[in-house]
Amino acid sequence: MTTLGKTAGGLYWMFRYLERSENTARMVEVGQRIALTRSSDDDEWASVLQAAGTYDGYRAKHDELRRDLAIDWMLRDADNPSSVLSVVTTARDNARVVRTALTREVWEAVNEAYITLKQAMARRIGDRELQDVLRLVRQRAAFVRGATHGTMLRNDVYDFCRLGMFTERADCTARILDVKYFVLLPASSAVGSRLDDIQWETILRSVSGIGAYRMRFGQQLRPREIAEFLIHDRTMPRSLAFCARKLRENLDYLAEDYGARMHSHEVVADMNDKKLAQPIDAIFQSGLHEFLVDFQGCIASLSSQVEIDYRFYR
Amino acid sequence: MSDSATFDEMWGHGETPRAPYTAIEGWFSQEDPGRLRRKAREAEALFRLTGITFNVYGDKAAGERLIPFDIVPRVISGREWDRLSRGIEQRVRAINAFLHDIYHRQEILRAGRVPVEAIARNAAFLPEMIGVDPPGGVYTHIVGTDLVRTDEDEFYVLEDNARTPSGVSYMLENRETMLAMFPELFMKTRVRQVSSYPAMLHRSLCASAPGHANGKPVVAVLTPGSFNSAYYEHSFLADKMGVELVEGHDLRVVDGRLAMRTTQGYQPIDVLYRRVDDDWIDPLNFNPDSALGVPGIMDVYRAGGLTLANAPGTGIADDKAIYSYMPEIVEFYTGEKAILKNVPTWRCAEKEALAYVLDNLSELVVKEVHGSGGYGMLIGPAASKKELSAFRDKLKARPGNYIAQPTLSLSTVPIFTRAGLAPRHVDLRPFVLVSPEGVTITPGGLTRVALKKGSLVVNSSQGGGTKDTWVLEE
Repeated sequence: MTTLGKTAGGLYWMFRYLERSENTARMVEVGQRIALTRSSDDDEWASVLQAAGTYDGYRAKHDELRRDLAIDWMLRDADNPSSVLSVVTTARDNARVVRTALTREVWEAVNEAYITLKQAMARRIGDRELQDVLRLVRQRAAFVRGATHGTMLRNDVYDFCRLGMFTERADCTARILDVKYFVLLPASSAVGSRLDDIQWETILRSVSGIGAYRMRFGQQLRPREIAEFLIHDRTMPRSLAFCARKLRENLDYLAEDYGARMHSHEVVADMNDKKLAQPIDAIFQSGLHEFLVDFQGCIASLSSQVEIDYRFYR
Repeated sequence: MSDSATFDEMWGHGETPRAPYTAIEGWFSQEDPGRLRRKAREAEALFRLTGITFNVYGDKAAGERLIPFDIVPRVISGREWDRLSRGIEQRVRAINAFLHDIYHRQEILRAGRVPVEAIARNAAFLPEMIGVDPPGGVYTHIVGTDLVRTDEDEFYVLEDNARTPSGVSYMLENRETMLAMFPELFMKTRVRQVSSYPAMLHRSLCASAPGHANGKPVVAVLTPGSFNSAYYEHSFLADKMGVELVEGHDLRVVDGRLAMRTTQGYQPIDVLYRRVDDDWIDPLNFNPDSALGVPGIMDVYRAGGLTLANAPGTGIADDKAIYSYMPEIVEFYTGEKAILKNVPTWRCAEKEALAYVLDNLSELVVKEVHGSGGYGMLIGPAASKKELSAFRDKLKARPGNYIAQPTLSLSTVPIFTRAGLAPRHVDLRPFVLVSPEGVTITPGGLTRVALKKGSLVVNSSQGGGTKDTWVLEE
C-alpha cells in the first residue's frame, strides 16, 4: 500500500477546509443571532470576525464595520481565503487532486457541495435567504462527512482526512475561546449581567454546544463550567481534549500501519499529556489567554510536523 | 431524411433506416420528446456531478466546461467493426515496426519508400531514441486512430494519434450514462461492452514492464496537473486502474530508478503511463523550462529501468508529413495492402502539389504539419475570400509546413434537437492497446459530432460533442 505525500497533504487540507466552511457558517449564524436579539450594535461583528480569524483581512478591505459587509466577507468574498465559498472551492480543488484516493461517493459529495454553494452564493445574500444558505453549508459539510464515514476504507488515507478535520476544529475552538476569554475571566463586576449571559451563550452556540452544555451542567451558564466543557470534556466533539485525543488516535493508527513513530507523535503526546492535563483552575490561575495562545502554537507545530513527517511537499 | 450526397449512418441515402439502426429508430419514434429532453438534461447534471469537465486553454473565465453529450447512439454493425478492427490492427502493427526501424537500421529509408528528408528534417524525430530498445519492443502502447466514413463501405484514416491520445474516459462515461438513462435500449439490442478498458489498459501496461519488475510492476499515470484540459481523464484512468496519479514534482530519479514520493519515502515505479508530451518530460534532456517532467527520466529510460507509455519519439509516426506515406509503410512492414484507406494528401513542400493546392484552395482542407486540435487549419469550402487569401500567403511563405487533402463528405448521424432528429457530421476514434501479448481494440470508441448544422469540425475545443458508440453483437 502506498500513498503519495502529495495525496496525504491534499486530503489533510481538503478536510481542514471543509471543517472551516462549517465553522465559519456557524459563526455567521451566531453574529446574526446577536444582531437580532440585541439592540443593533455592529461592534459585535469585530469579535465574530476575530473568532473566524479574518478580522485583519476585513479591515484591509472595508473601512467601516457593518453587518451586511461582514456577512458578505465571511460567506462569499473571493478576497477572503477563508470565506465559505473560498474554502469550499479550495476543498474541491484539493479533492480533484486527490480524486484517486477518494470514493466516488465522497468526490461527488464534495463536488456537489461546490456546485450547490457556488450557485446559492452567486449573488449577495439577503437577510431572508441567509438562514437557508447557512443551513445548506452545514448540510453539505455533513453529506461529505457522512459519505466519508460510510464509504472510505479505514486506512492511512482516512487517517489523513481525520487529522485535517480535528486539527482545524481544535484550532477553531481555541480561537473562539481566545477571542471571548475576557468574558470568561472570573471578574466580579459584570457577572450576572444580561450582557454576560448573551456573551457566554454566544461561545456555546459558536461550537454547537449550548444544548449539550445544558444537559451536562443545567440552565445556569457559568464561565468556569463553559471553559471546562470546551477545554476538557471528552464527550464534547468540539472540545480541545476531544480533538487532541482524536489527533493522537489517528497518528497512532498511522504509526501502526507504517511501523514507525515520528516526531509528530511526540508533539501530540505533549498536547494531550502536558497542555491539556492542567486542571481548569490552574489554567485560569496562570491565564486563560496564555494557555490558549500556547495551545494554538502547539496545533500549528503539530500541523507543520505532520507535513514534514509524511512528506506532503518534500 | 438525408440529402443524397451525404451518407447518413441511420438512413443511408434513402428513406428506410439501415439495418444496424432499426432498433434505435423504432425506439426513438415511439418516445415522447418531452421525456427525452428531460433525460438529456439529467445526463448533463450527471456529467457535472461526476466532474467530467475539461478546461479550455486561454479562457480562464470559462472555467470548466462539459463536452455536450448527445443521447442518440452511433451504431456500427458487428461485420463493419470486424473489418475496421482488422484494418486498425494492421496499421498499428505497421506503425510499431516503422518506429523500431526508423530508430534503428532505417531500412525503409534505404529502400527509398520514405524519403530521408521526411525524417531528417522532422522535429518529431527524436535523435535521443536512436538505438534505444523499449521494454517488450512496444512503442505505442495506446493509440487512438481517427477514422471517418464517407459511404456504406468507405472508411478513411484521418490521423493515427500515436503520442498521447485522449478521449477514452468519454467513451466509458458515455456508455455508463446511456446504461443509467435508457436501460431498456440495452435489453432490446446486444451491444459489445467497453467497460473492461481500464483493466485491459492495466494488463497491457504491466505486460510491457521492464524485466526487473518480475511480474509485479508498479504502474503510475503522469499528469501535467489539475489545470490540464484532460485532467479528468488522467485521474479517471488512474482511479479505475487502481494506480497512483503523479505529477512531475512527485517524482525523482533515485538510484537509477524512477521513484515517487510517498508518505513513507521514495518508492520505485516500473511503468509510467505519461500524459505529458515528449518535450516536457525531462528538463535535462529536452525543454529545460519544463516543470512538468522529471530531470533525468530519459537516462533511466534509455538504461532500460523504466517503461514509458507511449515511448518518446512516437510522434514521427503520426506526423502529418509522414501520414501520406502510410500506405507504403503498411505494405513495407506487413507485406499486405493497407486495409484502411488513407486520405489522398498533397505535400505542399513538393512544387507541383503546392501549385495544385493554391489553384484549388477553396475545395481543400489544409492542415499544419505539426498542429493538433483543429487549430491552424483551413477548411476551404467553409472559408471566406479573406481567409483564403490570408492562407494562400501562409502557404507560399512556408509550404513545407502544410499538407492538403480533399474535403471528404463525412457521414452524418442524427442528433436529438428541439426539432427532432437532425443529421450532423461525425468521426470515430477507436482506442487500441499494444503490448508484447498482442493488440487489443475496444469495440467502438469515441464518436465526436459537430453540433452545428453542416459543420465538419468535431473537436471538443471547437464546440463539438460526443455520442455513445455501439458495436452490435451479431
